[in-house]
Amino acid sequence: MKTYVCIVCGFIYDETLGRPEDGLAPGTLWADVPADWACPDCGVAKGDFEAVAI
Amino acid sequence: MTAIAAPDAGAAPPASGEPVVIVGCGVAGWTVARELRQRDKDRPITLVCADQGHFYAKPMLSNALAQKKAAGHLIQKTAAQQAQTLGAQVLPGTRVVAIDRSARQLILDPAAAGPLAYGQLVLALGADAVRLPTPGLEHAHSVNDIGDYHGFRDALTAAGAGARVAIIGGGLIGSEFANDLAIGGYRVSVVDPAPWLIGNLITQDNGEALKAALAGLGVDCYLGDVATSIEHQPGGSYRLALRSGTTLEADVILSAVGLRPRTELAAQADLAIERGIHVDEFGRTSDPDIFALGDCAAYASAARPDIAGGAARALPYIMPIMTAAKAIAATLAGQPTPIRFGPMAVRVKTPALPLTVSG
Repeated sequence: MKTYVCIVCGFIYDETLGRPEDGLAPGTLWADVPADWACPDCGVAKGDFEAVAI
Repeated sequence: MTAIAAPDAGAAPPASGEPVVIVGCGVAGWTVARELRQRDKDRPITLVCADQGHFYAKPMLSNALAQKKAAGHLIQKTAAQQAQTLGAQVLPGTRVVAIDRSARQLILDPAAAGPLAYGQLVLALGADAVRLPTPGLEHAHSVNDIGDYHGFRDALTAAGAGARVAIIGGGLIGSEFANDLAIGGYRVSVVDPAPWLIGNLITQDNGEALKAALAGLGVDCYLGDVATSIEHQPGGSYRLALRSGTTLEADVILSAVGLRPRTELAAQADLAIERGIHVDEFGRTSDPDIFALGDCAAYASAARPDIAGGAARALPYIMPIMTAAKAIAATLAGQPTPIRFGPMAVRVKTPALPLTVSG
């Protein structure tokens, strides 16, 4: 499982945790997060996240 | 000859061949360009900027050491790469001298091919760092863009590992830099007149907790205090005198005391200014063909339905830029869309005590 950091504000998407409040169950892989999903903290697009492997 | 009615807020945009010109290549400028291109494949888009125009995220400047990023690695895409991806034209190293509203053109320096015509104009000019009139402040760095950041990192490198850094200003940016520099092994002091850190955004409890967390990293905070003078010492370091009588020794000084929206160009063009460039709920200035967003803008209260009335206000954070850019892009593409800032989160990137401020 990997973590992904929003390059603008530092919000972390952890695949293990998912983002249930956005309908992304724990274990949802980054590749399966919809393209129109945006950073909850700053609103930037999924495309602006960077992959940071644990 | 038929009288032509003045355009109103919901009027159709100029003919689709007329270019959208965006002044400023920060997050705001590039995001408007990207959002517009997503909605309109054909509209000509030109960006004009005083700097090199490379795409980077300014919030990353205050946690680059923790992320182990050299200054050069903060650039996500060069201006040329962005322009190619978006099918846009970019004119870097170019200042806008004046907006000729009646002719709908910009006077540029260097003048290059002459005035630049626009169908609609977007001002994404940003803000300048406030510089206090403290004697000796010329010895202090302000980090307001990636160019400033390069200079700051060079000064830190020259000062050496473990150098002493004094930060004037314990607001959002000063506190984030304090944390980042401490992680980077520097010995940090912070000076601020407020009683607790980031006083304009966080509660006293959180401010005290943050100070304690930073103290755990060796950061000294001098709150309720002000630097009254900075003197360059014979050995090369600096001595800061504080109003309380304390003196601090530092090798590098950072000033982070606030932002002043860049309104001069808009003021010269007789656009309405209210602290920042005043914009309505569509992001329009007092000229219907000119929009503004980001750190240069003061958004009308209509964009913040949760606030009853009140003066237009600047929102110098990332989320408002994203919200405004999407709405303005939709309006430019022919679908007038009001900006509606919902509840916004400002993330305080202090790893010692991460905070998210809502509101």
